[in-house]
Amino acid sequence: MEYVIEMLGIRKEFGGFVANNNITLQLKKGEIHALLGENGAGKSTLMNVLFGLYQPEAGEIKVRGKSVKITDPNVANDLGIGMVHQHFMLVENFTVTENIILGAEPTKGGIVNIKKAANEIQALSEKYGLDVDANAKIQDISVGMQQRVEILKTLYRGAEILIFDEPTASLTPQEITELIQIMKRLIQEGKSIIIITHKLKEIMDVSDRVTIIRKGEGIGTVVTAETNTDQLAEMMVGRQVTFKTEKGPANPTEEVLNVQDLVVLDYRGVERIKKLNLTVRKGEIVGIAGIDGNGQTELIEAITGLRKIKSGKVLMNGQDVTNKKPRQITETGLGHIPSDRHKHGLVLDFTIGHNIALQTYYQEPFSKMSIMNYKEVSKKAKQIIEEFDVRSGHGEASLARSLSGGNQQKAIIGREIDRNPDLLIAALPTRGLDVGAIEFIHKRLIEQRDKGKAVLLISFELDEVMNVSDRIAVIHDGEILDIVEPKETNEQELGLLMAGEKRKSAGAVKGDE
Amino acid sequence: MSNRVINILVPVISVIIGLIVGAIVMAVSGYNAVDGYIALWNGIFGDSYTIGETIRQITPYILAGLAVAFAFRTGLFNIGVEGQLIMGWAAAAYVGYAVEGLPKFIHLPLALIAAALAGAFWAFIAGVLKARFNVHEVIATIMLNYIALHVSNALIKVWADGGDKTQRILETASLRSPFLESITQYSRLHWGIIVALLMVVVMWFILDKTTRGYELKAVGFNHHAAEYSGMSVRRNIILAMTISGMFAGLGGAMEALGTFEYVGIKGGFTGIGFDGIAVALLGANTPLGVIFGATLFGSLQNGALNMPNEAGIPTEIVSIIIALIIFFVASGYVIRVLLEKFNSKKEGK
Ligand SMILES: Nc1ncnc2c1ncn2[C@@H]1O[C@H](COP(=O)(O)OP(=O)(O)OP(=O)(O)O)[C@@H](O)[C@H]1O
Ligand SMILES: [Mg+2]
Repeated sequence: MEYVIEMLGIRKEFGGFVANNNITLQLKKGEIHALLGENGAGKSTLMNVLFGLYQPEAGEIKVRGKSVKITDPNVANDLGIGMVHQHFMLVENFTVTENIILGAEPTKGGIVNIKKAANEIQALSEKYGLDVDANAKIQDISVGMQQRVEILKTLYRGAEILIFDEPTASLTPQEITELIQIMKRLIQEGKSIIIITHKLKEIMDVSDRVTIIRKGEGIGTVVTAETNTDQLAEMMVGRQVTFKTEKGPANPTEEVLNVQDLVVLDYRGVERIKKLNLTVRKGEIVGIAGIDGNGQTELIEAITGLRKIKSGKVLMNGQDVTNKKPRQITETGLGHIPSDRHKHGLVLDFTIGHNIALQTYYQEPFSKMSIMNYKEVSKKAKQIIEEFDVRSGHGEASLARSLSGGNQQKAIIGREIDRNPDLLIAALPTRGLDVGAIEFIHKRLIEQRDKGKAVLLISFELDEVMNVSDRIAVIHDGEILDIVEPKETNEQELGLLMAGEKRKSAGAVKGDE
Repeated sequence: MSNRVINILVPVISVIIGLIVGAIVMAVSGYNAVDGYIALWNGIFGDSYTIGETIRQITPYILAGLAVAFAFRTGLFNIGVEGQLIMGWAAAAYVGYAVEGLPKFIHLPLALIAAALAGAFWAFIAGVLKARFNVHEVIATIMLNYIALHVSNALIKVWADGGDKTQRILETASLRSPFLESITQYSRLHWGIIVALLMVVVMWFILDKTTRGYELKAVGFNHHAAEYSGMSVRRNIILAMTISGMFAGLGGAMEALGTFEYVGIKGGFTGIGFDGIAVALLGANTPLGVIFGATLFGSLQNGALNMPNEAGIPTEIVSIIIALIIFFVASGYVIRVLLEKFNSKKEGK
């Protein structure tokens, strides 16, 4: 069998920290090859080496049997290697076509022929069933379509080998199904694919073979058809992982959060939350299930004080916090794991230690008489890093930017749980986490509940909502359509509810009581 | 090579390359490069007089550099240091000559504070415009520079009864010192350098020690995250601008209370505020780096004055040479990349 890519004995260091050591990955022509490993195992690093963003300290890369030096992404392009990054690299107010030709503009006598390019791109999009409008602006299209634009970009540049770094982390379940179809079509057209994902089910669904790395070391490559999710998880973590989180019944007590007739507008002035009612009690986990874009973001931002409330009321611990400043609301006992970790969750240019203090920096012992005590900050940071297994090159002194995506997420979760808030709003808390970390985070959320705290969980993963919540509130078009208990429902029924169909069975109550 | 060694090597190599290219320029235009550089050296360190003058020249550069660097570190681009410095200069001079009958230990600090407040106020306007009305600080500060120039000129006309400069400041407000003058052959060296160095410590303290500094930096790096954590983004933007302007205003006080001891009508900008941008960049926006940048800038500026006299090199060529040296130091990034490449190759073997 012919290999299109061979990465042999790759080693990559960052200032003394070994991110990749002696890793071997061989990609066959026409296969989908999954790359699996815990957060911080070195997957993105390895792919960035293949794409020419990093230079390896040792090892050899062969493309179609020939030894090559990939000194920068242009070289990778010329070799037919394309990469779809986890964080898209698109210009918001450019059209799809403009974004795709950027840097490789087809010119004639110094004039860019946009029309011709747009036609080519439309044709390419149809050939692979990508369903992209070449003339739409990036800011007007969904995340799923933005990703397909990134795929088109690599295809337009003649990529034969496509690298996907966590492509499904930011997609809705529907979009994931579409992406899988697209990948299968790409393979039929003779392309080869490397995909990074933490979702073992996806690996079983699409991949032909899996290469596993752990803490920067290559563990091995297995044929997907000859393995199962348990074995994969064990190879990756080095121990057995349970997927279903154990938990006892909830003992809800008094109300922590009470949202009454809430109305919130989005930035365009369109009503996105329409007279929404919701309560969360101490000692329970309420999950919000819904399709992306049904008002989840606006709801969280309104409760946490990041967005203006048009009408209605929010009570936290009995106190009216409607349109209060974020800090005033935080101090009533609120914790918030934001859905966008780079935008709200972290100051990427601070160290991870300084980020740990982001919510509490002004309180003792971190600040005394307006003077920071950075020793105390780093003590706290060390404790959280240890407790939540945040892996990085140089401990709490590492820049947040240099941490792998999953470890950034663990740091934020650690910061918020450690403050032990009465109500923890967890928005997509396990996005980008490996299975071991997800298990751990779920346990910690349940532990908070058992300590008599409340958790409001927002997730697009039905498994997660079903496993972790005590009550599930289905949000649709800015309203809570129904509240169900996980025991009395199933994924099908939830799916229908999320699509806006009301439940007919008895016992179902509309809104919240 | 460790990072530390590279950090020190980069500026050194940059200066050397700049000197070499400068030498080529002199040689090509028919002048003796060795004579030229000896003249430059003598102009900077030749005797105690030139050393005194060099230090005096460095002083306002430090403060202008701090002003720009402080704003940078808090996510703002303060192009208005020039205008803030002009306002500080006028305020210090006014308090220096108009307020009479105070002992030195009150009068001098009062004049310094007046300058700091004037600069701070001028920057505060730009801060408010940005925080409240979303006016970009670059546009606001450029406009405020012109307004400062004309406001200060108009004030001076009134203060000087139609003349083109104010009275001399009183001795009780002066930074000059017979002692410093006597040990530097009567250069204009004054105590301002102590004020400037003190402010270097102040900037470091605010940014790296205080709780407010943590907030200012967080807002500068990522105002979304700052807002999420409950900081007031608007208040911090205004405060950052104001503190930056305070440093700039003090830069003006150095001229008012030290070098000139008066304020005169200006035909155009002093340039110190704009050079402050280069000083801050040379110093990578750190307090210690600003001292380095200001020293390089001030020394070259002062030493250059001696090149036409001693080596007969025309001022135009001198300007080119000085600009070249600064250009190469500013492109230190390129040299750093080259050094690191060289370094990793060696370690790879
Ligand atoms: N530019 C960098 N400087 C320093 N350390 C880095 C840098 N990039 C990555 N690292 C470190 O290398 C390790 C591997 O990071 P990498 O991003 O490859 O992980 P990953 O396997 O992709 O994890 P995740 O699943 O969380 O995305 C991490 O510990 C990270 O802190
Ligand atoms: Mg990664």
